[in-house]
Amino acid sequence: MTPGTPTGSVGADRVRLPVVRGWSRPRGGSRKISTAPRPCRRSRGRSQKAPWLYLAPALVVLGGLLVYPVYQLGLISLFQYTQAQVSGGEPTTFQGFGNYAELFSDSQFWQVLLATVVFAAGCVVSTLGVGCALAVLLTRVRAVPRLALMLAALGAWATPAITGSTVWLFLFDPDFGPVNRVLGLGDHSWTYGRLSAFFLVLLEVVWCSFPFVMVTVYAGIRAVPAEVLEAAALDGASQWRIWRSVLAPMLRPILVVVTIQSVIWDFKVFTQIYVMTNGGGIAGQNLVLNVYAYQKAFASSQYSLGSAIGVVMLVILLAVTLVYLRLLRRQGEEL
Amino acid sequence: MRPVSSVPFLRRPWRLLAEVSALLVAVVVAFPLYWMVLGAFKPAGEIESSEPRPWTLAPSLDSFRRVFEQNEFGRYFLNSLVVAGTVVIVSALIAFLAATAVTRFRFRFRTTLLIMFLVAQMVPVEALTIPLFFLMRDFGQLNTLGSLILPHIAFSLPFAIWMLRGFVKAVPEALEEAAYMDGASRSRFLWQILFPLVFPGLVATSVFSFISAWNDFLFAKSFIISDTSQSTLPMALLVFYKPDEPDWGGVMAASTVMTIPVLVFFVLVQRRLVSGLGGAVKD
Repeated sequence: MTPGTPTGSVGADRVRLPVVRGWSRPRGGSRKISTAPRPCRRSRGRSQKAPWLYLAPALVVLGGLLVYPVYQLGLISLFQYTQAQVSGGEPTTFQGFGNYAELFSDSQFWQVLLATVVFAAGCVVSTLGVGCALAVLLTRVRAVPRLALMLAALGAWATPAITGSTVWLFLFDPDFGPVNRVLGLGDHSWTYGRLSAFFLVLLEVVWCSFPFVMVTVYAGIRAVPAEVLEAAALDGASQWRIWRSVLAPMLRPILVVVTIQSVIWDFKVFTQIYVMTNGGGIAGQNLVLNVYAYQKAFASSQYSLGSAIGVVMLVILLAVTLVYLRLLRRQGEEL
Repeated sequence: MRPVSSVPFLRRPWRLLAEVSALLVAVVVAFPLYWMVLGAFKPAGEIESSEPRPWTLAPSLDSFRRVFEQNEFGRYFLNSLVVAGTVVIVSALIAFLAATAVTRFRFRFRTTLLIMFLVAQMVPVEALTIPLFFLMRDFGQLNTLGSLILPHIAFSLPFAIWMLRGFVKAVPEALEEAAYMDGASRSRFLWQILFPLVFPGLVATSVFSFISAWNDFLFAKSFIISDTSQSTLPMALLVFYKPDEPDWGGVMAASTVMTIPVLVFFVLVQRRLVSGLGGAVKD
């Protein structure tokens, strides 16, 4: 053992405090200690096997229930797979890219894809806008209003998607809802029109997803040293200028994470659309890819078409992920 | 990190304005939840009234009674608890081991694995319903709680591992070395030293697996097709929600019952959640 390395219980005592207090402390406390030359643990004979032993349960579960189904999804999308094959015992026939050809020549698919992209973009922009604005607001107020807003946001965050959907439907109910009364809209039905139905779902999605953005960005702003902001204010920068030229660049890593997370979540919205528009709206006007795939597979038993839609979603989300990894790498993050 | 760091250079009337708008936003954000609980307690005549009032003078438990008297609602509640509880415990243990492996060891393919965990988070769970349906059918798991538990364990793992990394990393390596010096075995260090230290992080991480399992609607709808005794809460809620003629009192009461456990869980781990997210984001 090298002399610089803390040994025995002394070392343990010295490092225990920050660990128990939490992990939000600035990194480096532990780093200082570990700058001492690495002891021989790494070269122990078993240590090359040990990590795989620890990883084994995770890899088995993920392999069986994530990787294998993804593979199956791709496979099913290449075969003819309908009710006849599932329960009728008819042999499955290889289709090649026939299902995809059928899908891509279906104008409804393109319509749904467009709706999904626009809807997700609307949700992401609104969520980020509301979340960031409220995070800034949180830094401007004293403890009581801050606590009130935090608690309300946590409540919205914790609400299950399905109960959130039913409650928002009730709020906007044409007969018994308070919103139409307050706005004097009579018995205007929000779920009847295509755009107004999407708008209603968007409101619910923003309501339950802005808290994540708000809390994360708020934590990020709080970590910005006060001196920097004071200096900018002394130099006469406006609030907007401070946000744009000081805060936003410093918060970039956090903003990247919340943006990508929002893109991924909002692209995959299922429950809200399914419940609030009753399975995709009148004549499927409010379908998004996710619900579309589900309806194709389980409502009309076209499992292979549903799988093909799933593969399309997977490819789009993988592209988003690649962008994400790129951005992370450019920031020089070490994984 | 001074709590009011940016307040000083905000002049008084502006701060007042900011505080009033913060309170207003809080009211707006909390309103749907208030309306849900209110709707659950309103008597039948008041809830289906064309002049809805934001209060009730005659709170009644009728809606809750209807909910609990509905076929096996208690059973659904229990099923939901079993599913969410099992998912939380099993995925926390598996994620703990995996997070330890990727943070405390350097080995080949480590970075590749981490990227795979990140990519796995992006997989649209809903798209996998189709192959999972066939998988569950082939293993005879349709209509069992297992068909809900297994996929949720798998889907909550990547994020849990990703988030736990920060917590495991925060435990100094010196502590590990000290433990080995004192003659502790690897598994002793793992379970008696590392595990208790990482436990708060495990709890924070569990919120996400709890929520995804508790809220699950798609798998319950797709995999529990004929044996309703294996159904979970979201399906029970939908019994009251018939698109043409919803029983709003029942829906609101069932929604309240379903939301409360999550709220309690959230409030309990709130602090850890916020700092945990900060950690996960920063790393």
